[in-house]
Amino acid sequence: MSPRRKRASRDGAIAAAFKACAKERRSAFIPFLVAGDPSLEATPDLLRALVAGGADVIELGVAFSDPIADGPTIQRASHRALAAGSSLSAVLGIVERHREELGVPIVLFTYYNPVHARGVESFAAQAADSGVDGVLCVDLPPEEGLRELQPALEERGVDSIYLIAATSTRERIDRAAAASNGFVYYTARSDVTGEREDLIPTLAREVKRVRRRVRLPVAVGFGISIPEQVEEVAKVAHGVVVGSSLVRLVEENAAEADLAGRLEHRVAELTAPLRG
Amino acid sequence: MKVRTPLAAAALEPDEGGRYGVYGGRYAPETLMAPLEELSRAYDKLRRKRTFQRRLNHLLEHYVGRPTPLYFAERLTEHLGGARIYLKREDLLHTGAHKINNALGQVLLAKEMGKTRIIAETGAGQHGVATATAAALLGLDCVVYMGEEDMRRQRLNVYRMQLLGAEVAAVDAGSRTLKDAINEAFRDWVASFADTHYVLGTVTGPEPYPRMVRQFHSVIGSEARRQLRRLAGTPDPDVAVACVGGGSNAMGLFSAFLGQRDVLLVGVEAGGRGPELGDHAARFSGGTLGVLHGARTLVLQDEEGQVVGTHSVSAGLDYPAVGPEHVFLHDQGQIEFTSATDQEAIEGFHLLSATEGILPALESAHAIAEVTRRAPGMEPDQVILVNLSGRGDKDVESVLEYDAASGGDAE
Repeated sequence: MSPRRKRASRDGAIAAAFKACAKERRSAFIPFLVAGDPSLEATPDLLRALVAGGADVIELGVAFSDPIADGPTIQRASHRALAAGSSLSAVLGIVERHREELGVPIVLFTYYNPVHARGVESFAAQAADSGVDGVLCVDLPPEEGLRELQPALEERGVDSIYLIAATSTRERIDRAAAASNGFVYYTARSDVTGEREDLIPTLAREVKRVRRRVRLPVAVGFGISIPEQVEEVAKVAHGVVVGSSLVRLVEENAAEADLAGRLEHRVAELTAPLRG
Repeated sequence: MKVRTPLAAAALEPDEGGRYGVYGGRYAPETLMAPLEELSRAYDKLRRKRTFQRRLNHLLEHYVGRPTPLYFAERLTEHLGGARIYLKREDLLHTGAHKINNALGQVLLAKEMGKTRIIAETGAGQHGVATATAAALLGLDCVVYMGEEDMRRQRLNVYRMQLLGAEVAAVDAGSRTLKDAINEAFRDWVASFADTHYVLGTVTGPEPYPRMVRQFHSVIGSEARRQLRRLAGTPDPDVAVACVGGGSNAMGLFSAFLGQRDVLLVGVEAGGRGPELGDHAARFSGGTLGVLHGARTLVLQDEEGQVVGTHSVSAGLDYPAVGPEHVFLHDQGQIEFTSATDQEAIEGFHLLSATEGILPALESAHAIAEVTRRAPGMEPDQVILVNLSGRGDKDVESVLEYDAASGGDAE
C-alpha cells in the first residue's frame, strides 16, 4: 500500500467536505473553471461566486497550450486564460491569496507538463504552501503518477486524485482507487469535455460498478451541464462535477458587470436539486 | 533482394512502460489507457506472426515498391569533393515518402484488430496521403486531421487525400500545424477508439507508438545496410544522415546501425529562421524536458510549461517535440544532432535538383544541407549515407514562394 498516513496540517479537507455532504445526505457539488479566464483579476470573484452558489469543492483548471482531453469550450477558455497571462505560477498565487477566505477545498485540474516544467518537488512544495488540497493531472495515469508526482504531494499532505473511465479495467479501477486520496473522478463519457444533451443510459450501472470497488467517494463529471442531469447523477455519485457549461457562461458574459452574480445564480440552480 | 521488415528482431526495446531511460512512457488520459494497452498487445502478437509479416512484406514489395534503390550520387559527390554520398531513395516509394512503411503496417494491424475506421494527423501531408492510401487499399474509412496553415502550404496533398476517399478535417486551433492536428486526432480517438485506430505518423506518442513506428520503418536501415555492402564494399557508412521532425525516417535508418561505434549517426532538425525560441523546431538546442502527446521528451516550451510555436519552411519538421528514443540515444552518445536553417534547406533542395535531377522533399533537403557541410571535410574513401525520405513535388510551390520572397533562384 502507498503511504497514505502522514497528512499535514489541513488533514484531508477534501475528505472532510465529502463527509459533511454525506452527513447532510446529499452529493457534493464540484464546479470547474479555468483560472485566468477571462482575466486573472476576475478569477477570485468568480471563485467566491462558486462558493456562494453552493460549491463544496472547487476544481480549478490550469490552462495548457495543448489540452488534448478538452472539447472546444474549455480549449477556448484555456487560450483566453493564456492570452490573459495565466500560468501555473499565477494559479498558485490565486490559491495562496484566496484559499482561506473561500473556505472550500481546491483541486488543481491540470495537464502534467506545466507541473513537470516547474519540477515536481518545487511544485508540491508550492502547492502545499499555497493551500492547494488536491491535484488531478489529466494525462498522468496512476502508473506514471505514482512514480513521479504522488510521493512529493503525499509528503506534503496534498491529495492525488486519479481518473477512472468507462474503459478502465478492474485492475485499473483498483489501481486508481488505491492511489487516490480524497476522491476518485469517474468520467461519465468516453469523450473530451463538453456539454451533452443526454447522459449515457448505462451511467448509473457504470458508477455502481466503480463504487463497488472503491472505498473513496466517487465524483462524476464530463457532459453534465443542467440541473436535471445533476439530480440524476447525484442519485448514484458522491459528487457531481460541472465544467463546460459554467465555462461557457463565463465566456458569454465576460463583458457583463455582473458576471460573478450570473455565475452564482447558475451554480445555485445547479445545486438546488442536491439540497432537496 | 527480398523485402524483410525486421518486425520480430530483437532491436533495442523500451521497458514495459514504454520508457527509454527516463524518456517515453504513456502519459495519456485514463480513457485511452485501456485502448493503448490493447494496441500494445495486438502489435506484439502480430509482429511475431509469420502470416502478418508475409502480408506486409508482400504489399511493401508489390504495392509500395520496396526495396528502394540505394543510389551513389556521383555528381553531388564530385561537386562537394569529399566523401562518397549514397542516397537511400525512399522518395521513390508509392505516395512519395517513407511514411507509407508505417501507415501500411498500422492500417494492416488495425484491420486485424477489427477496426473499421482510421484517423491520422498530418503536417506536410505525406503521412496523411500514405494513411489515406493504405485505408483505401484495405477498404477502411479514413479521416485525416490537418492544420489550416499546413493545408494552405500543402494544398495538393489535401486534394490527393480527398481523391483517395479520405476526409480532411481542418484544424484551426493553436498554431494550425502538426501539433494541433495531433491534439485533434487524440480528441477524436478518445471518443472513437471502439471502432477506430489512430495511425500516429511518427516515433513519438504514448507506448507503443514510438517502438511500433520505428519498427515499421526499420526496413529502411536494414535494406540500406545490405545494399551498401554490395555497392560500397562495406555495410557500414562512416556517417548516416537523416532529417528529424518527430524522427521516424531517422529512426528507421539509424536502427540498423545502433551500437556500431564506427558509424556516426547525425539527425538534422529544422533551424527555421534562426535560433530565437519560436523561429525554429530545433529541440536539441532549444528544448527542455517535458511531456507532450503522451511521451516525456524534449519539448520547445516556456518556463511555465506552455508549448511554444515553431517555424520551419518544411511542414513535416514543424513540430515542438521529438521522439523519446532519439533523446535517449543522444544521451547515450549514439546520435548527434544538428540543424539546418530554412535557407540552407532551400539551397540543398536546389543543389540536389541541379546536380542529380532529384527534387528532395524540403524535409529531406535539411539532410542534404548537412551533407554539403560535412562531405567536403571527409576523405574520398569515406561514405555518407543519406536518407532521402521523400520527394519534393509537393514543395515546389513553397520553394517558389520562398525564392520569390528572398529574390533567389526562381526569379
